[in-house]
Amino acid sequence: MATIEHAAVTEHPTSTGLPNTKLAMWLFLASDCLLFGALISSYVLYRGASLVGPYPNDVFDIPYTSVSSFVLLASSLTMVLALSAIQRGDHGRLRIWLLATAMLGLTFVGGQVYEFTVFAHEGLHLTANLFSTTFYVLTGFHGTHVAVGILMLLTLLSFSFAGRLPQERAETVELVGLYWHFVDIVWIVIFTVVYLIPTGSGPT
Amino acid sequence: MASVSVPAERPRGLLRRPTATTGFWSWVATVDHKKIGILYGVTAFAFFIVGGTEALLIRLQLAQPDQNLLSPSAYNELFTMHGITMVFLVVMPLSAAFFNYLIPLMIGARDVAFPRLNAFSYWAFLFAGLFIYSSWFLGGAPNGGWFGYAPNAVVDPTRGMTFYAIGLLIAGIASTVSAVNLAVTVINMRAPGMTLFRMPVFVWMGLVVQLLLAFSLPIITIGLVELLFDRRFGTHFFNPAAGGDPVLWQHLFWLFGHPEVYILVLPAMGIVSEILPVFSRKPLFGYQFVVFSGIAIGFIGFGVWAHHMFAVGLGPVANTAFGISTMIIAVPTGVKIFNWLGTLWKGDIRFTTAMLFAIGFIAMFVIGGLSGVTHAVVPSDYQQTDTYYIVAHFHYVLFGGAIFGLFGGMYYWWPKVFGRMLDERWGKVQFWTMLVGFNLAFGPMHVLGLQGMPRRIQSYPESLGLTFWNLVSTIGAFTIALAVLLFLVSAVRSFRQPKEMAADPWDARTLEWATSSPPPVHNFDEIPVVHALDEVWHRKYAETEGGRVVPVPAGGSGEPGHGEGHAIHLPGPSYYPFVASLGLPILGYGLIFDWWLAGVGAMVTLAGLYGWILEPSAE
Repeated sequence: MATIEHAAVTEHPTSTGLPNTKLAMWLFLASDCLLFGALISSYVLYRGASLVGPYPNDVFDIPYTSVSSFVLLASSLTMVLALSAIQRGDHGRLRIWLLATAMLGLTFVGGQVYEFTVFAHEGLHLTANLFSTTFYVLTGFHGTHVAVGILMLLTLLSFSFAGRLPQERAETVELVGLYWHFVDIVWIVIFTVVYLIPTGSGPT
Repeated sequence: MASVSVPAERPRGLLRRPTATTGFWSWVATVDHKKIGILYGVTAFAFFIVGGTEALLIRLQLAQPDQNLLSPSAYNELFTMHGITMVFLVVMPLSAAFFNYLIPLMIGARDVAFPRLNAFSYWAFLFAGLFIYSSWFLGGAPNGGWFGYAPNAVVDPTRGMTFYAIGLLIAGIASTVSAVNLAVTVINMRAPGMTLFRMPVFVWMGLVVQLLLAFSLPIITIGLVELLFDRRFGTHFFNPAAGGDPVLWQHLFWLFGHPEVYILVLPAMGIVSEILPVFSRKPLFGYQFVVFSGIAIGFIGFGVWAHHMFAVGLGPVANTAFGISTMIIAVPTGVKIFNWLGTLWKGDIRFTTAMLFAIGFIAMFVIGGLSGVTHAVVPSDYQQTDTYYIVAHFHYVLFGGAIFGLFGGMYYWWPKVFGRMLDERWGKVQFWTMLVGFNLAFGPMHVLGLQGMPRRIQSYPESLGLTFWNLVSTIGAFTIALAVLLFLVSAVRSFRQPKEMAADPWDARTLEWATSSPPPVHNFDEIPVVHALDEVWHRKYAETEGGRVVPVPAGGSGEPGHGEGHAIHLPGPSYYPFVASLGLPILGYGLIFDWWLAGVGAMVTLAGLYGWILEPSAE
C-alpha cells in the first residue's frame, strides 16, 4: 500500500499541468462520442423504415423508462458526492456513495433487462425488424457501458475497503466519475432521440 | 541498470513482477517504448513479407490471360488479405513502430505516458493479425475486399468476413488505446522548453495521426459491430429485404477509410520532413506551413469520404460537394510538396540512401496525388472507378508514398536504433531496384485501367489486348520483391558490424541524436532543456553575423556523457498487458465457434486487467 501512495505523491509534473490519466480519459470519452454518434446515426437513419411491426409506439412505455432514466441521472449526483467525500478524506461517506451509485446503475441496467424482456414478449425480438435491430444494439451498447461503469465502481469500493484507496488517490474516483457522467449524458441523448421524439405507429 | 533500481516490493497477485532485462521473457514483459517499437517494426515487416507474397501470387495469376493458377475464390481471398495485411498489419504498425520508438526521444521524455498500455496495444495488434490469419485454417479467409462491402460481406457463406469483422475490431482496440497513449505523451510529456512549435514535424504528424485514429476508429468499430450482428445474429442493418441500406456500410466504412488514408501517409510525410533538412544541411523550409498543412489535411480528411462512392448514386449535389472538398484537400498536400522542394533548394545535399528514399517519396507521391485529383472530377471518376487506374493511384500513394517514406526512415534511424549502419552501397542498389520495380509494377496499371481492365477479377481473355502491360506489371512486382530481399540481407549483414555508433552519425538536428546510439534504457541521463526548434543543431552550430554557419567550440557538441542513470525511476516490466490482450482473440473465437470460449476470453482479459491494477505500481 505504501508503494501506491508513494507513486501518487511523486508524480512528475506534466507539460500542460493536467494529469496524464485525466487527459487520457477525456480523449477516450471524445473518441467514445463518435462510437455513440455512429450508433445514433444508424438509428436515426432507419427511423420509421421498418417494413413490419412491432413499431416503437406498440412497445414503448414512456413513464416506465422515464423513471429508470431518472434513476440513472440521480446516480450522477451520488457520484459527485462520492468524489467530494474522498477529497475530504471521509472514507465512510465515500463507500456509501460509491455503493449508492453502483446500486442506482444496477437498477437502471436491471430495468433495461426487464424492459427488453417485455419487448421481446410483445414480439420485438432482436431480428424482428429494422427498429428492433437498431434499438437493441444502440441501447444494449449503452447498457454495456453502464455495466462496465458499475464494475469499476464496485472495484473502487472493494479497493476502499482494502485500504488501497487513500485520499491522495481521489483522482481515480474522479476518472471513474468522468466516465460515469459521460454515460449518463449519452443516455439523455438516447432517451430523447429514441423514446421521446414520436415516430408514429407504422411505417412512414 | 536503471530498470532494476526499482525498490524491491512485496509481490502481489498471481505473477511476480518480472525483472529480466534480456532474453525472451524480457520482450514479452517489456514496457520500454524502444523495445515495443522494435517489436512493432519486426512484426510489421514479417506481415509485409506475407502480404507481399500474396501480391506476387496475384501478379502471377494475372501475368498471362486465361490462367487458372488461382481459383476465383482463392483469388478473392488473396486480394482481400493482401489489402487487410498491407493497411492494418503493415503500414499502420510500421508507423506505430516509428512513433513508439521516436516520439519520447524526440520530445525529451523517458517513456510514453502509459508504458503498460503501450505493451497492451502491441500484443493486441499482434493477436489481431494472427487471429485474421488463422482464418485460412478455420473455414476460409476474408474474401470481400478490405472494404468489406455489404450486402456481399453479410451473405457470404464462409466464415471469412466474420474473422474480418472481429479481427479488425481487435486491431481497432489496439490502435485506439495506442492513439490515446501517444497523444497524451505528445501533449503532456515534453521536456522543459519543448513547446509545441519546437517539436519536430514528425512528432506533429504523430499527434495528428493519433487524433485521426481516435476519431475515425470508433466509426468503423460501429460498422464492424453492425456487420458482425448481421452475420452472427441475423439483424438487418444492411439487409435491403428488411428495409436496410447497404450504403450505410459504405458511409461508415469510408468515414473511417478516408482519414485512414492520411493515417497511413502522414507518418511518412513526417519522416521525410526530418530526413530532407538533415541531408540538405538546411532547416525545413516553412516549418509552420508544413505543420499547419498537416493539421489541415487531418481536418479536411473527415470531409471527403464520399469520393469513394461517386458511382453509388448519391446524386449530383453530394457528388459535386465531395468532388470539391477532394480538390481542396490537394492544396495543403501541395503546400507540403513545395516546402520540401524549398528545403532542397540551394541545400548542401548528401545523397544518402535515406535521402534517396525521401526524394523518391516526393516524386512518387506527386504522381499518386495527381492521379488522385483526376478522381475528384466526378465524370472522370465514373470512367475510372473499379478499374486498375484506381489500383495504380492508391499504390502510388501508399507504396510510392508511405512505404518509400518508411524505408527512408529505416535507413535514417537504423544507426540510432541498432547502433550499426545499414550498408549505403546495398541501400542505393535497393533504392534503385525498388524505384524501377515499383514503376514497372504500378505505372502500367494506369494504362490497363484506362483500357477498362476491372479490379478484383481473377482473369481476363486474351482478346482484350491487356496481356503486355500485365506481364510488365508482374515483372515489376518481382523486381520489388528482389529489392525487399536486398534490404533483408543488408539488415542481417548490419548486425555483423561491431556495435559502436556515434550518437549523431548524420550531423542531424533533433533530440533523439543527443543521446547515445542505441539510447540507454532511460533515454537521457539528464532530461534535456530545449531552447529552439532543431535543438541539437543549435547546440552544434552557430551563425556568424555574415550568416555563415560555424561549429560551436568544444563543450557544446551535444555528445552524450555516459552516466549510469542510477537514480532514475523507470516503470517495471509486466506480464499483464500480454495476458489482458491474450483474452481478446479467445473472445473472438468464442463469438465464432462457441459461447463458453467467449466467456473464457473475457475472463482472461478481466484477470489480466485486475492483475494489472493490483500490480505494485512503479509507474
